[in-house]
Amino acid sequence: MPKDSGIGASPKRREDVRFLTGNGNYTDDINLHGQAYAAFARSNVANGKINSVDTSAAEAMPGVLAVFTGEDFVEVGGNPAGWYIESRDGTPMKEPKRPVLAHGKVRHVGDAYAAVIAETYEQARDAVEALEVDIDELPAVASSVAALAEGAPLVHDEIETNLCFDWGWIEDNRAATDEAIKNAPHVTTLELVNNRLVPNAMEPRASTANYNPGTGDYTLYTTSQNPHLTRLLICAFVMGIPENKLTVIAPDVGGGFGSKIYHYGEEALVLAAAKKLGRPVKWTADRSESFLTDAHGRDHVTTIELATETDGTFIAIRTSTLANVGAYLSNFSTCVPTFLHGTLMAGNYAVPNVYVNLKAVITNTAPVDAYRGAGRPEATYSIERVIDKCARELGIDPIAIRRKNFIKPDQFPYTTPVGLQYDTGDYDAVMDKLEEIGDLAGFPARRAESEANGKIRGLGINSYIEACGIAPSNLVGVLGARVGLYDAATVRVNATGTLAVMVGAHSHGQGHETAFPQVVAEMLGIDEGLIEIVHGDTSKIPFGMGTYGSRSLAVCGSAVVRATEKIIKKATKIAAHMMEASEADIEFKDGQFSVTGTDKSVAFGEVAFKAYVPHDFPAEELEPGLEETAFYDPANFTYPAGAYACEVEVDPDTGKVSIERFSAADDFGNIINPMIVDGQVHGGIGQGIGQALLEGCVYDEDGQLLSASYMDYAMPRADDLPFYAVDHSCQTPCTHNPLGVKGCGEAGAIGSPPAVVNAVVDALQSAGKDVTHIDMPLSPGRVWAAMNG
Amino acid sequence: MTKVSMTVNGTAASGEVEGRTLLSSFLREQLGLTGTHVGCDTSQCGACVVHVDGKAVKSCTMLAAEADGAEVATIEGQAAADGSLNAIQAAFQEHHGLQCGFCTPGMVMSAAALLKDNPKPSEQDVREYLEGNLCRCTGYHNIVKSIMAASGQDVSALAVE
Ligand code: FES
Ligand code: FES
Repeated sequence: MPKDSGIGASPKRREDVRFLTGNGNYTDDINLHGQAYAAFARSNVANGKINSVDTSAAEAMPGVLAVFTGEDFVEVGGNPAGWYIESRDGTPMKEPKRPVLAHGKVRHVGDAYAAVIAETYEQARDAVEALEVDIDELPAVASSVAALAEGAPLVHDEIETNLCFDWGWIEDNRAATDEAIKNAPHVTTLELVNNRLVPNAMEPRASTANYNPGTGDYTLYTTSQNPHLTRLLICAFVMGIPENKLTVIAPDVGGGFGSKIYHYGEEALVLAAAKKLGRPVKWTADRSESFLTDAHGRDHVTTIELATETDGTFIAIRTSTLANVGAYLSNFSTCVPTFLHGTLMAGNYAVPNVYVNLKAVITNTAPVDAYRGAGRPEATYSIERVIDKCARELGIDPIAIRRKNFIKPDQFPYTTPVGLQYDTGDYDAVMDKLEEIGDLAGFPARRAESEANGKIRGLGINSYIEACGIAPSNLVGVLGARVGLYDAATVRVNATGTLAVMVGAHSHGQGHETAFPQVVAEMLGIDEGLIEIVHGDTSKIPFGMGTYGSRSLAVCGSAVVRATEKIIKKATKIAAHMMEASEADIEFKDGQFSVTGTDKSVAFGEVAFKAYVPHDFPAEELEPGLEETAFYDPANFTYPAGAYACEVEVDPDTGKVSIERFSAADDFGNIINPMIVDGQVHGGIGQGIGQALLEGCVYDEDGQLLSASYMDYAMPRADDLPFYAVDHSCQTPCTHNPLGVKGCGEAGAIGSPPAVVNAVVDALQSAGKDVTHIDMPLSPGRVWAAMNG
Repeated sequence: MTKVSMTVNGTAASGEVEGRTLLSSFLREQLGLTGTHVGCDTSQCGACVVHVDGKAVKSCTMLAAEADGAEVATIEGQAAADGSLNAIQAAFQEHHGLQCGFCTPGMVMSAAALLKDNPKPSEQDVREYLEGNLCRCTGYHNIVKSIMAASGQDVSALAVE
């Protein structure tokens, strides 16, 4: 019988009631007394020299309180890149300054160069229109290829190149990999584009700042996945506000997917404006601003080579990639295409030689940074597409070629040639599970049926691995990270036996308020309902690094476990004192402390009460109170893995692809709440299918964003997607965190795009078309052209 | 500025609005009914769906002045007075039909309009009806399931067709 509480149960989410009744509290729902409104003036050219911004007419508009331009922020710092990368030749990456408001030059469409604060939102918007600006449009570069061309216009004149860095991983592998490829009996080569995407959390970004001139304290309400990181960036790098004078509150946040990790200039602007005006200042993006300024994702152009024996045994993988990082280096932009991408380039396979070359390229487009999966979808897509092509060339079944090269269960821990040590996995077991839940044996019959209906049908297989639970601080420090990536939790037991658990992770859809109490309740043998999760407020929670990279449970959940263990330890002491026994004789089980060999026991709640009413505590030996904090720094990444199957039907007359079946078998290690895990996988698959079939962020060559609204950017809708069959019963627990969990948030987005594209290529091949690759998104036009080309 | 009056969730409400004030802004900013969300500026996302005189409308696409005299229902009025969830809300919780919750009010209000006209919708009916409601979190799987469950259908076997 399934459990109804604790680890492994699926209690209904407690956060749902407020969201279902309109009682959520998102940033834009918060209104402060006397607030004014900010609106931004944004560049409509991709590259331009700002000659002047005349604010006088705008200042005279009704309701206008202040106008800011780039000039006002030349004295403050810039928004930094959080990860230092060195080029192959040992030179440091190029780091152009990213100011709060553009000064001297605008560098992408949407780059803000001025802001107006007014009594109402409409007045602020009207006044932006009244700004008189003189900007000379300059030639621009929008693609990574164009930006590296001889004589290309420069995005930042002062760094004298558009090449941010040229990175090799691992440089010592290079010669051996080149040699292996040169001598290999078979080499499959594929050129592919990993299409640029816009994260599109449904809640647009918003920030409201308040300043108390009496105390010098600032408060910032903002749409963030990591309030402490945002505070650190604002205080230490951008504004110079003492960290103890800024509270950052990320209340309910309507999705993030990476786009709300980073600090953005609008946050600094509202803080500066609130101080200047002595009034709260609010800004909420409209969707057009989100398209123009939220950090985008992906945008890789890759050549991958896979060298094999004629029997399909892998010998070497070599890739060469251009990654577009946009006009400025967003906080994680330099780590995503390198350490979250290059290090995954061995996939699930025992391949002896791997070498990755990656050039990060600065262009006149919005910054590009982590978007669900972040680097790992790009790695998986390249590997799994080239394997499929190779299998076809060698006449080997796509599942067989993968199985042949899988790292086997007895090879773990397994160190890859690209520097990761996978702790556990069983990729054949996951593939077996996929064959079962996807009824792959029934595919030929389904194909025949489709053909009878005038459609062509294809089956696409993928197997993926990701590195999650980001990340061991000592390792990432060596690799260039400028932050640590631990997390933290405080467990506070109240006198009456209820608990508040303050966590550094932030929940914006992941259900932490439900899942974290399951862990604590299981450990303490108490009712989940007694436990409240507190997150998102730097004045209440310990310093944690927030939520991204499928890290909440693996890293912050581990901190919760460690803090709860400390609680048990302290409570054991108190219980021993209460029962006049020695600590060594106390046993804790199912919420009861008992003295071994006696019938004496006290309940957890009684101990809690005693902790706060310590009338007879021996002062020297026992402190009152029951509250503990733990910081947890993971020993390694975690390695979720899985196998996905997609079946598509292609309409031969129109090229339209429809997803007929989609099956996902994942190994996430241990599972705390299966219902939430299913939901995470569903959402990731929806985004992955979106990338494969629908979504494409398109700039023209002059850097104009052509896909800047939901009219032009095809978001997946309910009738584009099927029900998915998902399974996570294959579980090889993580060996190095106390819960044995691996993380599940990004899997769907990583595993699904290659499965979809492999399926479409399979369909076209089955119809006798000589098509080996189509770049995403596989719109009807592209598929039709490939079929008829 | 003109004065508008309407009934919102059964209670009389009125205020002064500019000609250009949208119904969504009036509800959120003047009446403080922030359960109605705004997710786009092109009438595409459906986070703002409310009912006006019994019909589902995108409140970002209607002027407050146009709703003068109308009966408006929002997400805040859907649960019973004692706080218990209605059948659609309860099904969304039961089947994990929401994650971040931002699209949820619009989804619930759209679902209510669908089920009024089509009390036992097929999977395809639900998917097509939700054309105008975007969700970025759930991949729609559990939303479709929740709505079918709310209509009294057995969803335990729903997976691949
Ligand atoms: S806000 Fe109304 S449709 Fe998007
Ligand atoms: S639940 Fe987040 S957008 Fe639907």
